[in-house]
Parts: sequence; C-alpha cells; structure tokens
Amino acid sequence: MSDEHGSVFDGLLGGDDSAQWAFGTGFEDPLAGVDTTTPGGVDPAELAAYCLMLGDDALIMSQRLSEWCSRAPDLEEDIALANIALDLLGQARLLLTRAAAADPDVLPRLPEGSPVPPEDALAFFRDERRFRNVWLAEVAGGDFAHVVVRLLLFSVARLALLERLRTSRDQVLAAVAGKGVKEVTYHRDWAGRWFLTLARGTGESRRRLLAALDALWPLQAETVAAHPLERALARAGVGVDPASAREEVDAVLGQVFAVSGVARPEPAQPSGIGGRTGRDGVHTEDLGRLLAEMQAVARAHPGGRW
Amino acid sequence: MTTIPMEPQQEERLRAAFDATVARHDRIEPRDWMPDAYRGTLVRQIAQHAHSEIIGMQPEGEWIGRAPSLRRKAILLAKVQDEAGHGLYLYSACETLGVSRAELTDLLLGGRQKYSSIFNYPTLSYADVGTIGWLVDGAAICNQVPLCRTSYGPYGRAMIRICKEESFHQRQGYELLMTMMRGTGEQRAMVQESVDRFWWPVLMMFGPPDAHSPNSERSMAWGIKRNSNDDLRQKFVDMTVPQAEALGVTLPDPELRWNEERGHHDFGEPDWEEFAAVIRGDGPCNAQRLAHRRAAHEEGAWVREAATAFAAATAQEGAR
Amino acid sequence: MSADRREWPLYEVFVRGKRGLNHVHVGSLHAPDDAMALRHARDVYTRRNEGVSIWVVRADAITASSPDEKDPLFAPNGDKIYRHPTFYEIPDDVPHM
Ligand SMILES: [Fe+2]
Ligand SMILES: [Fe+2]
Repeated sequence: MSDEHGSVFDGLLGGDDSAQWAFGTGFEDPLAGVDTTTPGGVDPAELAAYCLMLGDDALIMSQRLSEWCSRAPDLEEDIALANIALDLLGQARLLLTRAAAADPDVLPRLPEGSPVPPEDALAFFRDERRFRNVWLAEVAGGDFAHVVVRLLLFSVARLALLERLRTSRDQVLAAVAGKGVKEVTYHRDWAGRWFLTLARGTGESRRRLLAALDALWPLQAETVAAHPLERALARAGVGVDPASAREEVDAVLGQVFAVSGVARPEPAQPSGIGGRTGRDGVHTEDLGRLLAEMQAVARAHPGGRW
Repeated sequence: MTTIPMEPQQEERLRAAFDATVARHDRIEPRDWMPDAYRGTLVRQIAQHAHSEIIGMQPEGEWIGRAPSLRRKAILLAKVQDEAGHGLYLYSACETLGVSRAELTDLLLGGRQKYSSIFNYPTLSYADVGTIGWLVDGAAICNQVPLCRTSYGPYGRAMIRICKEESFHQRQGYELLMTMMRGTGEQRAMVQESVDRFWWPVLMMFGPPDAHSPNSERSMAWGIKRNSNDDLRQKFVDMTVPQAEALGVTLPDPELRWNEERGHHDFGEPDWEEFAAVIRGDGPCNAQRLAHRRAAHEEGAWVREAATAFAAATAQEGAR
Repeated sequence: MSADRREWPLYEVFVRGKRGLNHVHVGSLHAPDDAMALRHARDVYTRRNEGVSIWVVRADAITASSPDEKDPLFAPNGDKIYRHPTFYEIPDDVPHM
C-alpha cells in the first residue's frame, strides 16, 4: 500500500501532465509559437478592439454558462455545460491575450510592478463600458430552456463567423478560429438537439422553450449586425463582416425552427440605446452585476498572485 | 433484484465460494452471489461516496464565478466538473448492485443517506479552493487509493479512474497555495487562516476513532475497506506535515510533533462532538447543501421528462 | 427490476482511444436515447477528444453470460438486464488483428 500512496503523492510538486485537464487550463503562454505581428495595413488599436469583441462574447457567455455548474437537470448535462463553458473560456483567453499584444493601450492601468497578466488585466480590471460583448451573452440566466435558446442563437452566429475567420490574415485569429470551429460546432449541435427535444417533449417544455425564445429573440439581431469596426477589419482581410454570415445564420436557425415545429419569430431590430450597443460598450444592467461578481476577488488584491 | 429461494445447503456452498473469493483477494463481480449484508454495506458506502462527490461540487463551485484569474477559473471549473464525473462513475457502480441513481438521489434528498461531513463547512475565501484541493482531496486520496483494490470489482475500477484525477486536484490546490504564499502579505494570511479552519474537519474525514467505528471490522473482513480509520489518519498527518513546511504554513495543533520511537507524528484529538453534530445535520451548511441539490433536482424534473417523452415519441415514429 | 420511470435508461460506453485498438468498456451513463447517449459519452468519458471512436449500447440490450454457467446453484436472473459497468476486460494494448 505504501508504494501506491507514494506514487500518488510523488507528483505533487513536479511534472506537468496537464493533458488531464480540459483545454484552457494550460500553464504555458497560450500564444506560444504563433506569429503575433499585426498584419500590414491594419490599425493595431482596431485589431485589439476587434479581438475584444470576440473575446468578450466568449468570456461573458462562459461566465453565464458556468453558473449552471452543480445546478443542471442531470449529471450528464452538468458535465456538458461545463465543457462548453471551458471551450469558450479558452477562446476568450487567447483573444484577450491577442488584444493586449496587438495594442497594449487597451490594458487598464495597474500599479507599477503588478504581476497580473494581460488577459487577467482585461478580464478583471476593465470597467463595464470597455466590454464589447453582445447583450445576448450578458443578460441574466433563467431556466434550462433559456440556456438552450441562448446557446443556440449564440453558437449559430459564432460558428458562421469563425468559419469565415479561419482565413484571416491575422495568424492568431486564424488559429483561434480553426480551433474554435470544432468546439462551437459541438455547442451548436448540443443546443440544436435540446431545442428540438424541448419543443417536441412535453407541453411544459414547449411552453418554457417558447417563452425563452420570446425573451431572447430581440437580442439575436445584434449577433449578425455589422459594427463599423467589423466592416473595416473585414475589408482589411482580418475580420469578418457579420452581415456576410447573415444568410447562413438565418438558414440554420430556420432549419432548427422547422424541425422543431416552431414558427420563426418576426425579425427584430438590433438592440441598443441611441444606436449604440454592446459592441460600443453600452450594456444592460445585468453586465454590471455579472462583473461585480466576476471581478470581486481580483480587484480586492491588485498586487495578488494566483 | 429477483432472489430465487434456495435450500440452506446451497446457500452455504455459495457463501463458502464467496468467502474464498474474498480471501484470495479476487474480485466479486455483479452477477456473483453475495450475502445481502455485503450488498447492503456496499450500496451504503458507494452511495455515500457518490453523494459526497456531488455535494462536494458546491463549496468550490461557489468560487468559479469569482476566480481571480482566467487560468484559475478554467482549472476550478474543470475540477468541479471532474467531481460530477466521479459521482457519475460511482452511481454507475452502485447500479450494478441493483439500485438506480434516482433511488439513491431520493435517499440523499430524504436525508436517509449521508455524504462526507467536510462539505458541510463553508468556503470563505479563495484560499479555501487551494486548501480543499491540497487537504480535502489529499485526504480523499488517502482514503481512496486502498479502495482501488476493494473486493467489489465495479467499485474498485471506478476508484482507479477517480484516484487518477484526484491527484491532479490535489496538485492544483497545492500549487494555488504556493503561488499565493509568494504573493502579498494579505494573501499569505488568507492561506494560513484557511488551513487553520480546515485542518481539524479534514482529520475528521477519516471517520471516528477505530474503537468507535461500528461497521469497520466487518467491512475489512469483506475487503470492502482495506485500512482502519486511525491508520489512514496517521498516514495522512505524516504525509502532510512536510508539505505544510514546504508551503510555509503552520498546522493548528500544539500537540503535533515527531515521535522518534513510533516513527510517526503525534497529534491532537479532533473535536468528536463537533463531528457528531455535523453528521447529525447540525453543521454550518448541511441545510444549504441539501437545499441546493434538491432545487437542482426538482427544477430539472421537467427537462428530464421532456427528454424521455421526446425519445419515446421518436422511437414510435421510427417504428411506424 | 423495471427501470425507474422518471429515469433515463442506462447505457454502457465503449471507447477506442486510438486506431488499431479494440473498443474497451469504460463505464456507463444515463441518456434518453441513443443519440444523446453518444453525446454524453463524449462529454463524460473522452472530454471530447477528436479521433476517438465511441460505441454506446443500452444496458438492457446486453445478454450476459453468468460467471459460472455450469454451477446449477448459481441462480441466473433470467432477464437480460445486466447492469455491469466493466463487462469486457480487454487490455488496452491488444493490437488490431
Ligand atoms: Fe472526486
Ligand atoms: Fe477531487
């Protein structure tokens, strides 16, 4: 028995067989080996802002999904939701790191000699108005139907975008997209399958699904609305104009609605206030509360090491 | 499970075969004959273990939303997710004994089956995430490594898978504490406070002293349990002391010292009255933990029903 | 031993970690139907490793031998429900034939 104990505890300090961990828990520089120079003819500040848009979508969505941990309808779904949250968190880490590398000016001011790495400075020390995620990712959660509808709308749009981003002139974005396509394909699959199941399950599940769709549909338009910055970067061969993916998004959603026997909701106007949306840093009240929780410990210890 | 009535001699022969299998440290497998009391003890122990994994998601799950770095958030989420997997493996092992996960969940929610007392303590700072990994998962490993060779096959195999993952849990916890100890003075104080708070409850995880452990002896004879509570507790203390030194924290026990003669550390007695109170349901978080689990289970009922109804409907369509 | 009506059926999961190897039983899980069982198996047992082949089969579709068929005293249950997470113990390194 002593030898078996020995082997278990031996590894406590040494070795790093992190293959056991899900993606995103790695201890190394997430962008090691990828060419991080900004492609010619691209404004680094614009590239950074664009990375924040995609990164914040993933980060905030991941934060919302991880609220399900230990609360899902069954253990199998608990594990599935955590996997999706981990994938998106991994994407967020790469994209935030990319934003900081492209333009260090996006980093919030921290005390001299702060040990906080760039991805964490952006996640934990940036103020609400500098977050550029869509509202769909941030609004407070509801029941299981709510998470299914939100993830369906989110992942259909994100997959269409990542597929096009794989040919980006920016090496990092292309690499993130390549990896992300596989992940988000699975997310879309999970959400689509549950959408169908709830739509055709019981009267109760259908009622809840339609209620969630009602609540979230007005936020869908923002996921395919083109921000001027996105258009500019698309022209430079670095970003994707979401409008170019709109047809595909509509078609995929239409398919899911059709097999589920759900009428396609009327097209909604992009959400926002005075024409400004999440992409411009204008958010719902829910984001402030989300950030208050997410940033609490980090901000209490600005010189902390974790 | 259907039991066909048997002649007394037949049962005697089966029992002899069972005893011989256990005696030669061979495994009992699900369809083998086994004494009812063996089955009952296994169900109780495996279920309690499974419940502990699932309830154990909560104290750390509290901090996923507040993890102070993205890397820590990913590690913590992956870790808590592992615990769900552990619960799932163990419920499956229990199902080979003819008890369903739904029945076991009902027993847990009805307060008729227990889970580890340690999860009835709150997590009050991010250092607790590290301490739980280092000490709680560490104690669990101590308890569980011997169970990889337990006499019941499915249980042992589940434990092998679990132990592999637990050692990562312990490492991430220890690594978090090491990193915090290199941080600010505030962080170091946070680590020490957390270790102070968890040390005694962790020692209680090994169960009451052998003299007061009602089921231990029979479980050991059956090979369900492999080491006594006190032996494992001693082993854990001996292993932890040098780790605490390397970390730079003190363990809150004035009686803790090396005993040259025994070749082991002497240490103080945990507060067994507190232990009894927590087991009884009067710990700081008992009600909260069960309420959380019950809410998740009840709020998920309509989803499980919908999936069942959908599967039935599609199966029917397929048959037509 | 009819399944709890509130509960999804039990599936056994077999995984082939690499080309050239046999599928090996890794555990079990609950799912409402085959498609969902595959999805769950991917999440629970492979962490969604690409290139891994997974089989799932409903536990009640497995017909199992008794450990010692010749022993007339061993009373087989007669039904096919065989809840057994590690039925096939095949060493991981058995090469593809
Ligand atoms: Fe565990
Ligand atoms: Fe653990």
